[in-house]
Amino acid sequence: MSEHKIDLTINGYRHTAAVEARTSLGEFLREELGYTGTHLACEHGVCGACTVRVDGVAMRSCLMLAVQADGCEITTVEGLAAPDGTLHRVQQALKDNFGLQCGFCTPGVAITLATVLEDNPAATTSDMEAAMSGHVCRCTGYQGIRRAIRQLAGEHA
Amino acid sequence: MNFHASSVGATRYVGERTPRKEDARLLTGRGQFTDDIQLPGMMHIAYVRSPVARGRIVSINLDVAREMPGVQAIYTQDDLAAIPVQMLSFFFTPIESPVTLLADGRVACVGDPVCMVIAESRAQAEDAAALVELEIEEETPLVTIADAKTGALVHPDRDDNIAAEMGDADMLEEAIQPLLDKAPHVVTHTIRHQRIAQSPMECRACVASPEGSGEMTVWMGCQSPHLAARYVAHALGMPQESIRVIAKDVGGGFGLKNIPWREEVAVVVAARLFGRPLKWIEDRYEALTASSHAREQEVTLTLGLDDEGKLLAGWSDYACNNGAWPMGEDSNIAVHMFMWPAYKMPAYGFVTRGWFTNTMGLGGYRGPWAMESLIRETTLDKAARKMGLDPVEVRRKNLIYLPDQPVTSTLGIEVTDITPGECLEKLVANVDIAAFRKEQAEARKEGRYLGMGIATYIEPTGSAGQMQPMTGETVHLRIEPTGKVVAMLSTHSQGHGTATTMAQVIADRLGVAYEDISVFEGDSAIGAFGPGAAGSRQGVIAGGATWKATELLADKVKAVAAHLSNASTEAVTIEDGMVHVEGAPEMSRSLKELAEIAYGEPARLPEGMASGLEAQFRYQPPPMTMTSAAHCCVVEVDAETGFVKILRWISAEDCGTVINPGVVEGQIAGGLAQAIGQVLLEEMPYDARGNPLAATFKDYLMPTISDVPDFEYLHANTPSQTIGGMRGVGEGGAIIGPPTLVNAIADALSPFGELGGEKGEVTLPLTPARILDVIEQRDVSGHQAHAEPAPAAPVETTAAPVADTSALAAAPAAISIDGDWDMTLKAPMGGQTFLAHFETDGTALAGYLSAPEGQQDFAGGTFEDGRMKFEVKVDKPMKVTLKYDLQASADTITGKCKMGMFGTAKVTAVRPA
Ligand code: FES
Ligand code: FES
Repeated sequence: MSEHKIDLTINGYRHTAAVEARTSLGEFLREELGYTGTHLACEHGVCGACTVRVDGVAMRSCLMLAVQADGCEITTVEGLAAPDGTLHRVQQALKDNFGLQCGFCTPGVAITLATVLEDNPAATTSDMEAAMSGHVCRCTGYQGIRRAIRQLAGEHA
Repeated sequence: MNFHASSVGATRYVGERTPRKEDARLLTGRGQFTDDIQLPGMMHIAYVRSPVARGRIVSINLDVAREMPGVQAIYTQDDLAAIPVQMLSFFFTPIESPVTLLADGRVACVGDPVCMVIAESRAQAEDAAALVELEIEEETPLVTIADAKTGALVHPDRDDNIAAEMGDADMLEEAIQPLLDKAPHVVTHTIRHQRIAQSPMECRACVASPEGSGEMTVWMGCQSPHLAARYVAHALGMPQESIRVIAKDVGGGFGLKNIPWREEVAVVVAARLFGRPLKWIEDRYEALTASSHAREQEVTLTLGLDDEGKLLAGWSDYACNNGAWPMGEDSNIAVHMFMWPAYKMPAYGFVTRGWFTNTMGLGGYRGPWAMESLIRETTLDKAARKMGLDPVEVRRKNLIYLPDQPVTSTLGIEVTDITPGECLEKLVANVDIAAFRKEQAEARKEGRYLGMGIATYIEPTGSAGQMQPMTGETVHLRIEPTGKVVAMLSTHSQGHGTATTMAQVIADRLGVAYEDISVFEGDSAIGAFGPGAAGSRQGVIAGGATWKATELLADKVKAVAAHLSNASTEAVTIEDGMVHVEGAPEMSRSLKELAEIAYGEPARLPEGMASGLEAQFRYQPPPMTMTSAAHCCVVEVDAETGFVKILRWISAEDCGTVINPGVVEGQIAGGLAQAIGQVLLEEMPYDARGNPLAATFKDYLMPTISDVPDFEYLHANTPSQTIGGMRGVGEGGAIIGPPTLVNAIADALSPFGELGGEKGEVTLPLTPARILDVIEQRDVSGHQAHAEPAPAAPVETTAAPVADTSALAAAPAAISIDGDWDMTLKAPMGGQTFLAHFETDGTALAGYLSAPEGQQDFAGGTFEDGRMKFEVKVDKPMKVTLKYDLQASADTITGKCKMGMFGTAKVTAVRPA
């Protein structure tokens, strides 16, 4: 097993660590650093639960190795809300609209929607719905997520 | 409705879309799921699973695996057997199949756990697991229900491959067929439901930490920490107080996590043997292929109707695949119990069987009995099409409306306050069916195929007091000296939002701010026994318990305030945490002030009153409550591709008092999305060698946002007879969704032919290819190419279900049956064993049956040529006369027992050892 030193920024804090080459970014965030908000639901890139933002791009942390994140800036769901605890508007919209039940898929959903809005502050409902097509939620039937998307699009409509 | 009328404050919380208490932690990544638990010295488990479906284990070679980095131990069944375990069903009855935690000499399905590797990391455990060498002598597996009927025994020590059976085959000829023969219209319909992988987004997970001598703290993805603790304690023969189960957050359960199963129990056993904390986190491959599965079943329903579409009689033949190791052998009697309570059905009979095969075992899934609605509602629509009747009219002719009640349905189910008819009327009043029919006709001219489906049903909820685990609920409630309110419940949320809804009830009934209430749950050390999320019960039972406990606490607050103010309790009101005395505004006090007095200065309380502000209530609701609903959906089927697009979906449901419409609609929506998955997408197929073929989410198609339309809701809110008037809503969407959608698709396809073809056999999921079978009237999907052997004629029952007593009729005359026997009855909730005592006098037979629950005497039986006939009347769980018809030989008695509405059960008895 080869070990590699990596240096990366997570939610504004710098970390250095030695990781095995085969350790996924998701596993590293959870096991080594305690960012357990990142959930692993399929570990094969389909469900989207593990999505984190890497240098501004929404990435599936189960498909990316920790070594590949060397030098990157990462935002996990723990880093979405403002330091004073004010929820990110995506989090608020999900809350306002019963967009989650068990909450297992939710971190990935929130990161993806936040990233879409970051990339394009005028993102439409169909932009956001298209991004959601890569996320699986077993609980909600997507109703609250869709209402949250409408609320978010309405805020800048 | 007047559930708001009371003397507490005016701020209403019940009925509001109050934001959920759970969301703050879950949205910010601060929930606590089992995999988030890290303990010092904790080791990780990976299972070695059987790659073949059936065979004898020739050897297990651990030499290479043991040498792998980080490996601490590798256990086989021989090791785990040091701690005896009796696996139990959800009903706390022993599992009859010879299930062990790890395979014991034989494997019976792909995925059967054979070894457990314990290593320093999950990756190391998986590395080593891959290097365990299994040599298995492979045998031909039984995969389908058809295989089970003719193939070699799945469990060699059993008589046949029937895991469970109920029903009375004789009833067809004796009672039902004559009615069908006279009926002007007879319609037969068959549905084959595919196998489903429940697929909660959080896979199964368990951490077990041994503490002190024989104590254990367990974190487990479960549906009730209390039930899990009780189960593990029972299974291992441990005192229940020695095990604490914690499950703060669980990423979905849906019935899969009803009870701990082999892998979770094995973690607990291994932790005791290993003496250090162990963690097992299932991966998705295991979750799809080696977690219990659900639903695979086949049913044929035959209905007789008069010219107006009124039901005259019905018969059904039902079979489900139990796999090798079901979480309780099951013939799904509930399908037959809940087939007709919403309808006027004069005569109904059935046979129902569960079959063992070499596939993953059967587990629960949202509305396990849902086939009753699917087969009934699709058959009614088929009848309507055949007879040229309006499907709404057919339902109006047969549905139960409030004025029809009370009435006793088939199988003795009493209905007193259900509203399926009213829900249908509400639905129809809100959907312009005539306009749709016009639009449909216009569209067809353009080659576009629209369809509308309607279905109605009742959902049994809030079961309590008739089955071991299905109990009432206790709520402990207190106002802290700070004035804040704390509730401790045995509820559990895998997304249900019970902390939210229970806090709403408390806020509403007490008159405090919702924000000032904390609800603690999800830990077997908190609250009293309750089975958590199972059978749509928490809103009904925990809701009622919380309702009443809060009123008791409010009464105490009022008594204290009245005493301190020299006022009458009627003059006291509580609003927003302030206690007011009518006409004396200066006497207003905060709850904090009152609490400080109640705890700190008890001398100021009324004489004899206990100090503190606390209340506790255990609610035992009526044995069963029912929710009714009618749904409608509109689809467009693309005649070129066979794709189904759902255009509209309306739910008109009556779940009584709605505590939080956001939560109720969330439950309906989640169930409907699963229904859409079942009808159109999801399937866990097996190949002929018993390999499960959907091993990833690329193969197992979960519904995504683009598969699910916006749902519209109409709530009826007829209060039930429970405290608070709730009715429960957890499973309904998954029950009513499938027939609504199948009916819509069948309507859309009606210009081409019947869904399911000439034979009337519908196979789910309705993939585009299967839909093109109907549109193109040829075998696009290839199902005829690999069709199973033609099934028996529809109204014929398959292989005789019960031991044929006549075969044993040649028993020698000299047999004496007098004295005690250990008798076993294969009842719907598992086997029941009791003592039978017989006394003969010539051909007269009397005696008693005795179990720990009580003794039933009988007399007036007969005993001739070894044949024993007698009747026993029982009151519990329902009034039934048990008619025994047995054949005795020297040391065994076998035969059957007719159990009234429950059909027939197999009976065996032996002399006590
Ligand atoms: S866990 Fe990464 S996509 Fe599912
Ligand atoms: S909220 Fe449970 S999976 Fe999405």
